Amino acid sequence: MSTASYYVPPQSRWPILASIALFLLAFGAGNLMNALSAGASTGTGWLLLLLGLGMLLAILFGWFRNVVHESMSGMYSEQMDRSFRWGMSWFIFSEVMFFAAFFGTLFYVRNLAVPWLGGEGEKGVSNMLWEGFQAQWPLMTTPDMERFPGPEQIISPWHLPLLNTVLLISSSFTVTIAHKALKLGNRSNIVLWLAVTVLLGASFLVFQAYEYYEAYHHLGLTLHAGIYGATFFILTGFHGMHVTLGTLMLIIIWLRVLKGHFSAEQHFGFEAVAWYWHFVDVVWVGLFLFVYIL
Amino acid sequence: MESTLGQNLGDTHHAHGPASGIGRWLFTTNHKDIGSLYLWFSLLMFLTGGTMALLIRAELFQPGLQLVQPEFFNQMTTMHGLIMVFGAVMPAFVGLANWMVPMMIGAPDMALPRMNNWSFWILPFAFAMMISTLFMDGGAPNFGWTFYAPLSTTYAPPSVTFFIFAIHMMGISSIMGAINVIATILNLRAPGMTMMKLPLFVWSWLITAFLLIAVMPVLAGVVTMMLMDIHFGTSFFNAAGGGDPVLFQHVFWFFGHPEVYIMILPAFGIISEIIPTFARKRLFGYASMVYAIGSIAILSFLVWAHHMFTVGLPLAGELFFMFATMLIAVPTGVKVFNWVATMFRGSMTFETPMLFALAFVVLFTIGGFSGLMLAIAPADFQYHDTYFVVAHFHYVLVPGAIFSIMAAAYYWLPKWTGHMINERMGKIHFWLSFVGVNITFFPMHFVGLAGMPRRIPDYALQFADFNSVASVGAFIFGLSQLLFVYNVIVCIRGGARATDRVWEGAHGLEWTLPSPAPYHSFSQPPVVK
Repeated sequence: MSTASYYVPPQSRWPILASIALFLLAFGAGNLMNALSAGASTGTGWLLLLLGLGMLLAILFGWFRNVVHESMSGMYSEQMDRSFRWGMSWFIFSEVMFFAAFFGTLFYVRNLAVPWLGGEGEKGVSNMLWEGFQAQWPLMTTPDMERFPGPEQIISPWHLPLLNTVLLISSSFTVTIAHKALKLGNRSNIVLWLAVTVLLGASFLVFQAYEYYEAYHHLGLTLHAGIYGATFFILTGFHGMHVTLGTLMLIIIWLRVLKGHFSAEQHFGFEAVAWYWHFVDVVWVGLFLFVYIL
Repeated sequence: MESTLGQNLGDTHHAHGPASGIGRWLFTTNHKDIGSLYLWFSLLMFLTGGTMALLIRAELFQPGLQLVQPEFFNQMTTMHGLIMVFGAVMPAFVGLANWMVPMMIGAPDMALPRMNNWSFWILPFAFAMMISTLFMDGGAPNFGWTFYAPLSTTYAPPSVTFFIFAIHMMGISSIMGAINVIATILNLRAPGMTMMKLPLFVWSWLITAFLLIAVMPVLAGVVTMMLMDIHFGTSFFNAAGGGDPVLFQHVFWFFGHPEVYIMILPAFGIISEIIPTFARKRLFGYASMVYAIGSIAILSFLVWAHHMFTVGLPLAGELFFMFATMLIAVPTGVKVFNWVATMFRGSMTFETPMLFALAFVVLFTIGGFSGLMLAIAPADFQYHDTYFVVAHFHYVLVPGAIFSIMAAAYYWLPKWTGHMINERMGKIHFWLSFVGVNITFFPMHFVGLAGMPRRIPDYALQFADFNSVASVGAFIFGLSQLLFVYNVIVCIRGGARATDRVWEGAHGLEWTLPSPAPYHSFSQPPVVK
């Protein structure tokens, strides 16, 4: 375990620029949301938000390009590779905990808060808040139907969600096939199977968008529809954002493969994306089970 | 940026020293520079949050409203808490980790130096955004640092949106910082530095970093749900839609309790470095210290609802969280026992860092005992939300976490600057702080037990005497921290030359380096026997 060749980069302008971009993004988002809620003009908010977002994307592009160049010019030792592996693993763990907060919310609401509100269980005294309220899940009739009109219908798990499950799980297999092809040095197969993975991910997103459209326009299932809608959208919404990010990452490594990057021995960038993709997939299995089926 | 790349290529052996000008600090990838940035930032936040605390104590000097309006008082308690937790204590520990972890394990730098810079530079922007809420319409957040819903949702000022995004930025910074620490410790140890040879400061940070990665995302989750409730019509924390305000508290404290240990485990590590040095004995029970930190970390995930005993939990919940909380006293007791056993029959001397460490052991233990009292669910119904709670957590945070940071600064300053500290001034700072801290916080136990609620600008006449005593103590403590600033600046500018070992009884890789430590610590890894 020698540290003799561990690469310590010289000064870099990326981090400070990225901090400024993140600040603009956050400040813009805050401005925008406050303006929306107050019914004020949203111009400044949008401007700052988009400026920050654009800057951040450009910076990440440049920063990663820097890293890719360093990697391809052989500046990284095996030890560096391990640092990246630890970094990505712990990042994914942090993402797991982010989703854990929302899953925990779902379980708590379903198994404790709503039954108590309906007069069941040890804290059933809460029923005196809305007498006559009955606990049920999915919660179609909320305690205050005027402020939070419950959904008229919910999404059947056996149509689009089942299809989406099949799509995502197969995409985990296709990305693994691509990885195998990379290890064997079969470039055309990598390109093919990565493209298939990207298409599977993209079609998942299209179906998910269609499901949201249906929910909003035909089922009355919205963010305002009480706690069922809230948990449904926060879980599937953040998952959808992660699939979007994952698909973008897959497209980037696909382009890198086309440019001839990655060798059979050294391809951590590829593996990191694959790990992330598997993570997104596993979260979906949890969603399918706990949000849609049960 | 192509030019940077060209520079990279010729620079694989990182022979470069510090750059000149402001660019050194803005663009740096050096763990010592970044450590210094963290520490200076933390000091600035400590003084800012401290000024707010003094404003609070000035108002509470007498019953009645004298200086500020209740609305502004609430903003001060909220900002004081947030700034001290996220701006002073946490960045100070990250700064110490940045400076010391690579030197202690024989690494050339942190594992991911550019990300390290990003972790730091997010912070000034996040705090600029949070502090700017003081000047917004409706004022700054006024719902307490625990920001319980619906105070922080339905009844919050509009600035809460910026508060939420500031918390998101701090979370991103903390997670990246923690990933860096873990990757460094797991991957960059010198040959022969096995896990069970790691200095305890490093061990404590390894476990702290794990806690950070586990719970900062949960904090991000809870503020996101707040944001949705405020702006997008969801009902997570609103029973009218089937949600539950108590849910907020559960998710918040699932973050909040491990967060408490994030602010004390590195302190344990620091104390475990300092006491053996000045007792001139090896640390008693090294392995049990490591296991104790690990058990505390695991237990920290199972005790969150002891902050919520009075909110209306099922009986089984009250009992479980009461017993689980009391269990924490066991590993904590092991640690205190081991520190005392290390000193037993040691050749002790009482330099400034040792004084702070000793005060830590005694005063932190007082805070631990009041915590044990609060853990008793039926008794907590009396103590909940009183000044007794304020006394408890200030005892573990001020003479606990803050004293350990002071101890660490005095202990390692000679290694950082190459100059010994001025012992006389250090001791004056210590004694003023020690006396001040106890005058401030000890009377709070009494007013709390007598029923004075926390977070109020005015109070019943019966609490007047103890409150004025506490306020006097707060000003003694607060003003004596200016001595700390003075001592640090004097030590940077000059003073007696420090030897490499600095302290006669010090052991560890960091003391094998020259003082001041060179810009790049170990370009060739040392071999640990």
